[in-house]
Amino acid sequence: MSLLLEPSPEKIKSDKIYQEMGLTDEEFTMAEQILGRTPNYTETGLFSVMWSEHCSYKHSKVLLKKFPVHGEKVLQGPGEGAGIIDIGDEQAVVFKIESHNHPSAIEPYQGAATGVGGILRDVFSMGAKPVALLNSLRFGELTSPRVRYLFEEVVAGIAGYGNCVGVPTVGGEVQFDPCYEGNPLVNAMCVGLIDHKDIQKGQAKGAGNTVMYVGASTGKDGIHGATFASEELSEESESKRPSVQVGDPFMEKLLLEACLELVQSDALVGIQDMGAAGLTSSSAEMASKAGSGIEMDLDKVPQREKNMTPYEMMLSESQERMLLVVEKGREQEIKDICDKWGLICAEVGHVTEEKRLRLNHKGEMVADVPVDALAEEAPVYHPPSTEHAAYKVNQQIEETIFHLDDMKKTLLDLLQQPTIASKEWVYDQYDYMVQTNTVVHPGSDAAVLRVRGKNKALAMSTDSNSRYIYLDPEAGGKIAVAEAARNIVCSGGVPLGLTDCLNYGSPENPEIYWQLEKSTDGMSTACEELNTPVIGGNVSLYNETKDGAVYPTPVVGMVGLIENLDHITTQEFKHAGDIIYVIGEAKPEFGGSELQKMLEGDISGRAPFIDLETEKLRQTQLLQAIQQRSVASAHDIAEGGLAVAAAESLIGSGVGAQMTVDEDAVAELFSETQSRFLVTVPKDKQKAFEEIVPEARELGIVTEEEALTIYSPAGKIVLQAEAEELESAWKGAIPCLVKSKD
Amino acid sequence: MKFAVIVFPGSNCDDDMVYAIQEGLKEEVDKVWYTEESVADYDAVLLPGGFSYGDYLRSGAIARFAPVMESVIEEAEKGKPVLGVCNGFQVLLEAGLLPGAMQRNKNLKFICRPVQLRVENNSTGFTKAYESSETITVPVAHGEGNYFCDEKTLEQLKANDQIVFTYQDDINGSVAGIAGIINEKGNVLGMMPHPERATANLLGSDDGLKLFQSILNHWRESHVLTS
Repeated sequence: MSLLLEPSPEKIKSDKIYQEMGLTDEEFTMAEQILGRTPNYTETGLFSVMWSEHCSYKHSKVLLKKFPVHGEKVLQGPGEGAGIIDIGDEQAVVFKIESHNHPSAIEPYQGAATGVGGILRDVFSMGAKPVALLNSLRFGELTSPRVRYLFEEVVAGIAGYGNCVGVPTVGGEVQFDPCYEGNPLVNAMCVGLIDHKDIQKGQAKGAGNTVMYVGASTGKDGIHGATFASEELSEESESKRPSVQVGDPFMEKLLLEACLELVQSDALVGIQDMGAAGLTSSSAEMASKAGSGIEMDLDKVPQREKNMTPYEMMLSESQERMLLVVEKGREQEIKDICDKWGLICAEVGHVTEEKRLRLNHKGEMVADVPVDALAEEAPVYHPPSTEHAAYKVNQQIEETIFHLDDMKKTLLDLLQQPTIASKEWVYDQYDYMVQTNTVVHPGSDAAVLRVRGKNKALAMSTDSNSRYIYLDPEAGGKIAVAEAARNIVCSGGVPLGLTDCLNYGSPENPEIYWQLEKSTDGMSTACEELNTPVIGGNVSLYNETKDGAVYPTPVVGMVGLIENLDHITTQEFKHAGDIIYVIGEAKPEFGGSELQKMLEGDISGRAPFIDLETEKLRQTQLLQAIQQRSVASAHDIAEGGLAVAAAESLIGSGVGAQMTVDEDAVAELFSETQSRFLVTVPKDKQKAFEEIVPEARELGIVTEEEALTIYSPAGKIVLQAEAEELESAWKGAIPCLVKSKD
Repeated sequence: MKFAVIVFPGSNCDDDMVYAIQEGLKEEVDKVWYTEESVADYDAVLLPGGFSYGDYLRSGAIARFAPVMESVIEEAEKGKPVLGVCNGFQVLLEAGLLPGAMQRNKNLKFICRPVQLRVENNSTGFTKAYESSETITVPVAHGEGNYFCDEKTLEQLKANDQIVFTYQDDINGSVAGIAGIINEKGNVLGMMPHPERATANLLGSDDGLKLFQSILNHWRESHVLTS
């Protein structure tokens, strides 16, 4: 019946109904040429979601090809649910990051929750057990009530989902800048562990094999979510609230356990999450990757309500669903496992030789489309690129020299900047310990998880400083990768590879496309230099509102291997008497710094300079020193500079520090010069450490007295603060901002 | 000694509990699926943390009706040691094996962090390995751990020494700082903190091990006596 209400192919064409679904005139014509006729309503829907930016990467594909994706340890690069890297002992680590920005801007709790759900499924559909979740969040300033609402609900949504599923949320980052006011960024990353023998592929192989549907039934939620994610947010976005899916973490937990059992069965041929573009993308992609086709009977799709149309079923993004391809005749084995976990399981179709996606509904064929056209042959665009106007202006601004009267006040103020302040308020709400492997908790440079039964661990971190990238996309892109690697190295790990989430404004704006181009160039160069291949990721474009685009924010999620549990290193100072060193000299670089933002209210000028050879050398030396057990603590010097790094190393350590800094104390303490580390070394290891890191300069000593004292070369006190003062400033800032009721 | 770890749909600390027994205690342990009819063959029953049935109703309210619970209640009444941790504690409350109820944490948020506990009663079969009034570090991870009971029940709990663990600081609003209570008979312990997460120094604390060690010691003593 409802089919009769759908517009005819002629009407879709004449009234340009396809435009409402996100297809351009040219794209619709292409679809007509592919089919040799005008597509019907369902088929138009299939093309529109599969050719959306979110599914097809049509504006970014060219740039993504530049990333180095190979490496001797890479078992699976981009193209599957998640990438895989070998960690030895026949085990591998599986990880991926993904955005859920648009849904979170409209419905923050469910938007964030389902972001976590989707990334978990990407990992366990590879056959891996999810062992950790991380995230990277960006919001406007917490002084705005709307931002506080988004912040609190996003955190609650991540907690509500991850905690229930029983995968620890072990790390991440949160930053605040006005450009994210109407368009927050919510990126979720999942890390899984797998035995090589269990690695699964999302492929629909073997004509005649059965296509099965497992998990939650299909409802009318999230229809056209992928298309919604591929356009700018506007005042009308609120009306797209139905595009936001609703998560059911309990269902996810059952699905996760069932899938981990399913992958042990050799009756399973292929498996893929029904993520963005739901049943459409999972079926078309699995078939396309295997060089086959799929025919489905939509009447057999488990449905949440009566009279759903093929269009609705194919475009629904109901959560917690998986599509399986199963060896013909062995369906019962799959059903038995699903029964145990109380999951719906239905045979919905079969694999065909002919490479077409054919859909039947109530005895009629309602769609017949070549699978490659949907999955592989989306139009690829090379949008025009123009240097961003702000870049030229900023490059010409002379470096500001800050004169600070009160260094202590400056440090305390910096510690209260929300981007620097302790995120305890956030991670206190995440179960970061379930599965009992978390060795280094959130709040450190990188989270560390032991690999159970082995004398090794995984280090993981998410990073991006979008202020630098805005000022200088290429340098900023390099810094994002380098900083992630720095965090892994500080924890004692060898960086293995990364997953990236590219969050930008509209690529159809030449200045934004230029940012995308330059920053991915910078990232690619850094990946090559630091030997960290990109094994997968996600692109989120159109992150803009009427007030403008977000800063270009490519988030890097990196995983490293700590080869021996004894190598695990944290940032806290350890013992009175340890010697404090800095690796790398500060220059007066304040463009995009926390100090500049705090004192001037905005950022300007040049991003800090980065030399990747220096970066690589220092990382290699520091790691070597850690591996030779010469290092007591290590912390990278990032936002806020050396003074903030020292305060962070001191807070909660039960000890204090005395240091002597250079003549230009402002630069030494607050500049954000790159490739620098703050390290402490036990006295008896001093010689060994200096031999490995000859460049390191002795700054001072860890003291019993719990205070930070900084002297000038002449021996005058530049800054003195009690540990307690530092801690209350750093820890108190976010709870205080969240409670404010203006 | 042979332990049963009950697995409800949505339990997520079941593996951690198994590891605590296998690796920490080096004793035998089985996961027992919620549809099983009997736990009579086991020497102790452990109800793990998690979100049984999603906790979409009150925490533990549905798990309490899972088929296996009939046998758990029966064995508890016979005096077999039963430990409920976090969601497991909530299930014990819903099943009526322990008095009181849980409310949402007073800050209305989930709380995950290591906390300091005081061992209020070290004479139970679960706490004999601890010193009297010892302070221990054990993590919590819960959204509904704000223990409540009426005054009369609280008086009884105090009078019978049924308050086994209290929080050093008030983290969630629990009446009398209660973190864990035992039944009058002394064989059913419920606690919100997770001793199974405190079984290795690498993870920050091994103060939870003594709890499992106490169960084993107690069982050995009574086993020697009866055999």
